[in-house]
Amino acid sequence: MIDYQSMLNDEVKQLKPSGIRRFFDIANEMDNVISLSIGEPDFSTPWHVRQEGIKSLEDGKTWYSPNRGFMELREEICRWLKRHYRVEYEPKTDVVVTVGGSEAIDLCIRCLVSPGEEVLIPEPSFVCYRPLAEMAEGVPVTIQTRQEDKFRLTAKALREKITPKSKLLILPYPNNPTGAVMRRADLEEIAEVVKEHNLMVLSDEIYSELTYGETRHVSFASIDGMKERTIVVNGFSKAFAMTGWRLGYAVGPKEIIGQMTKLHQYGIMSAPTMAQYAAIEAMKNGDGDIDYMREQYDMRRRLIVDGLNAMGLTCFEPEGAFYVFPCIKSTGLTSQEFCEKLIYAERVAVVPGDAFGECGEGYLRVSYSYSIKHITEALSRIRHFLKTLN
Amino acid sequence: MDRLLNLLDENARLSTEQLAVMLGKTPDEVENAIAEYEKQGVIRGYKALINWEKVDQNKASALIELRVSPKRDRGFDEIAGRIMQFEEVESVYLMSGGYDLAVKVHGKSMQEIAMFVMRRLSTLDSVLSTATHFILTRYKDGGIILSSEDEKDERRSVLCD
Ligand SMILES: Cc1ncc(COP(=O)(O)O)c(C=O)c1O
Repeated sequence: MIDYQSMLNDEVKQLKPSGIRRFFDIANEMDNVISLSIGEPDFSTPWHVRQEGIKSLEDGKTWYSPNRGFMELREEICRWLKRHYRVEYEPKTDVVVTVGGSEAIDLCIRCLVSPGEEVLIPEPSFVCYRPLAEMAEGVPVTIQTRQEDKFRLTAKALREKITPKSKLLILPYPNNPTGAVMRRADLEEIAEVVKEHNLMVLSDEIYSELTYGETRHVSFASIDGMKERTIVVNGFSKAFAMTGWRLGYAVGPKEIIGQMTKLHQYGIMSAPTMAQYAAIEAMKNGDGDIDYMREQYDMRRRLIVDGLNAMGLTCFEPEGAFYVFPCIKSTGLTSQEFCEKLIYAERVAVVPGDAFGECGEGYLRVSYSYSIKHITEALSRIRHFLKTLN
Repeated sequence: MDRLLNLLDENARLSTEQLAVMLGKTPDEVENAIAEYEKQGVIRGYKALINWEKVDQNKASALIELRVSPKRDRGFDEIAGRIMQFEEVESVYLMSGGYDLAVKVHGKSMQEIAMFVMRRLSTLDSVLSTATHFILTRYKDGGIILSSEDEKDERRSVLCD
């Protein structure tokens, strides 16, 4: 008998499994469950984009691509970033195309963090930063964000967590799960602290195209003096509804992107070829698709925020991504209890807020990446659930 | 307010309040816009899209291609105007290509539709010929998928796998 426990790496064994797995096992075994839990677009990839992927297969373009990704795609990415966020990068040296934004996040953390160095992670946030930091033998340091601050990271909260070991700040905005965004003024405050303490920044801007209202997304790299300290991670999953294609990218200083490319080369070789052909089309001709999808999300967002507020689950107004983060403290239940009762009683699945960090306790993540009909039905079930609670 | 029309086109049963919230308008503004669209004849009516096959087996429908001789001055309008009066007729379109009018007809049975074509349509003055195509199955109608299986959401919660 092999003792597998003794074979396994200690760091891996110590990674916490996701706490909500049990909850999803329940959901999967029930019939007639209506879910507001999914974190990906409900749209299919725009047809003209899919067609380019299909065409590449028909043409037999089934080989590896260059390690950094096709030059044409890197050029289009740079043009697109300039057009959308007025940041300029050199396609030859400043871009690496990755297997989703996920891989780019992993590469960036592994390239920047040495054992014992601290990685500052605002929470609630996406679940991957902490385990990836731990695998790099870095020390994750949580910065709790609060509803009073619209779940934005404040310079004050950041300063409180800085130590001589602080190395890398994760900036996860627009935010999953809260829907929070950072305005230019907020970013400028953060930039001051970053400069002062010689930090590097991983700006996860995967939801950059999904912001609502008059003000569009501001890339952290566009803030004065920040381009040289920032790795921007972005990708195709959310903006172009391309989650399954597994394609993303990182842009940043060539010295860092170069090292990330080296790791990528040994661990991955190159991102999927077919997906890159499709992505070139998305970058060139996909702006209209984004506008259309953004408008649809925005209508659903207004509907669901209004619906939840009306039934007493107050939500701060989310301005980005496709999630609402209502507060359930008024019910006296914990997030886990609420979600479990809700699914048993009404067969509606939402994600408990504490899955995204301790300070998410007392909240739910509700996705509106669903049809209006689906959202309306789910809202009426939640309304009924709240009535039965009293 | 094109977005209002798009929303109604997809689901005419959304309440004024829901529409207002989604569009960032007041309920009054939405009411007024709808009233205006109705007045202008942009919105011509509201009806449910019913999958009749589910409730009533005794339903048949057909697409009929008509070739007709146009009238001097009035072109196809006159004959189209006559045909659309029949209760059996659901829609009438003037077409480009190999025939002139496409007429969608429904009735209790194929037999009944055949009789209608023979007795009422083909006997009209300017009708030169008819070709009747019975509809066997409606997979999608008015932009809505009717096949009995609901589309399954294949998205998964990767977050926790
Ligand atoms: C905040 C955030 N960053 C990154 C990702 C990873 O996206 P992908 O790897 O599909 O590009 C996700 C996906 O849910 C996310 O929510």
